[in-house]
Amino acid sequence: MSLDLSNATFWGYRRENGRVGVRNHVIILPVDDISNAAVEAVANNVKGTMALPHPYGRLQFGADLDLHFRTLIGTGCNPNVAAVVVIGIEEGWTQKVVDGIAATGKPVTGFGIELHGDHNTIMRASKVAKEYVHFATEKLREEVPLSELWVSTKCGESDTTSGCGANPTVGNAFDKLYAEGNTLLFGETSEITGGEHLVAARCRNDEVRGQFMAMFERYQTMIDRHKTSDLSESQPTKGNIAGGLTTIEEKALGNIQKIGKKCLVDGVLDKAEAPTGPGLWFMDSSSAAAEMVTLCAAAGYAVHFFPTGQGNIIGNPILPVIKLCANPRTVRTMGEHVDVDVSGLLRKEMTPDEAGDAALEMLIRTANGRSTAAEALGHQEFVLTRLYESA
Amino acid sequence: MIDFVVHDDGDSVGVVVVEGVKKGDELTGWIMDQDRDIKFTAASDIPIGHKLAIKPLKEGDTVIKYGTDIGRVVADIGTGEHAHVHNVKTKRW
Repeated sequence: MSLDLSNATFWGYRRENGRVGVRNHVIILPVDDISNAAVEAVANNVKGTMALPHPYGRLQFGADLDLHFRTLIGTGCNPNVAAVVVIGIEEGWTQKVVDGIAATGKPVTGFGIELHGDHNTIMRASKVAKEYVHFATEKLREEVPLSELWVSTKCGESDTTSGCGANPTVGNAFDKLYAEGNTLLFGETSEITGGEHLVAARCRNDEVRGQFMAMFERYQTMIDRHKTSDLSESQPTKGNIAGGLTTIEEKALGNIQKIGKKCLVDGVLDKAEAPTGPGLWFMDSSSAAAEMVTLCAAAGYAVHFFPTGQGNIIGNPILPVIKLCANPRTVRTMGEHVDVDVSGLLRKEMTPDEAGDAALEMLIRTANGRSTAAEALGHQEFVLTRLYESA
Repeated sequence: MIDFVVHDDGDSVGVVVVEGVKKGDELTGWIMDQDRDIKFTAASDIPIGHKLAIKPLKEGDTVIKYGTDIGRVVADIGTGEHAHVHNVKTKRW
């Protein structure tokens, strides 16, 4: 019997701004690379917090700097985060990140290291972080409609089984969630190449179609400017080719199986930009797994579907990443990374509808608190997208 | 027992979904969109996930999968033979 989503619920954390999260993290967020040591020291001092070190944040400018701030602020605003301590080398940019996160109403405090040094900063930040842990651990989950869950998707280390198994499984689940009014996301601009006409045809209206094609063409122009070959081994990757994918067109057609057969593309987003309403959104983004998933988290998504063929092992610090796989060899050799085994689809032992329901059941279990394979294995890839060189 | 799958009956290639396919093996394929079975003999050893041609393809032909263009043939491919980067290339980039 097919899963009935109309009355489906999950147990989540209602945040101050009304959004619902499925995790309850207290994060220690560095504004820049040289504050990583301090955030890691705070996270070591205060159990139940998590540091999010990264390599950037100095001398960036223009759109690249805007994206840096948008990603950090969006990460702090994500409803899977209960409270945030921000640490930067100086107070100005630190305060900018604090102010952005404070708009959600959640607890957030910033610390600049200059004039204080690491020791003093770590001490003061640790005291605040400890209070935030007490705050977060008293939060209770409440039952909310499934339609309030924001779900993103991106695939990785794809092979041909992705296109006929794991990706259509996500597509089946997305079609069902779309009908319930969920807020959904896909992206990977380069990996639409060869299937762009199919995505364009699914755009809700000419305005969205025009915005989508402008993003697609811009990315093609960027690739044409920098390429030194047909990109073979980069796109498709060596892993994709080992898995049997031959061209970017073949990879793209498999990729877009993730948006199912029915849902329309309701709008487009810049990188790390939050959607303004329910429906399916396209984010202009890299197809590199950790970059894209980090951008999904920064856009406010609470759970992520990640179909894989050859076995991408990625996770994210704040966004639970559910792995789905239809390749029986990967399930056999890398089973500890797979949350939903849909290899039965390719043996006709499972229908697409049953596979979609299996994905949705795992989505609800994950939202309710089940650790994903990536969470249990400690995968916390936090990778900021850069647009160009620093000044 | 399904050995390979084909998305659409207009496709020129199918995907091997079992391990250990050897030249000469009798294979059963499943055309997913039309839910119909077909039989082919493997003309190469083909790893899991890799494609076999289900119709003869000549240099310059377009390879169809998902009912859509996925690239061009750069070396002739016989029915049941392995189709991959050695005989198919992108038309983009």
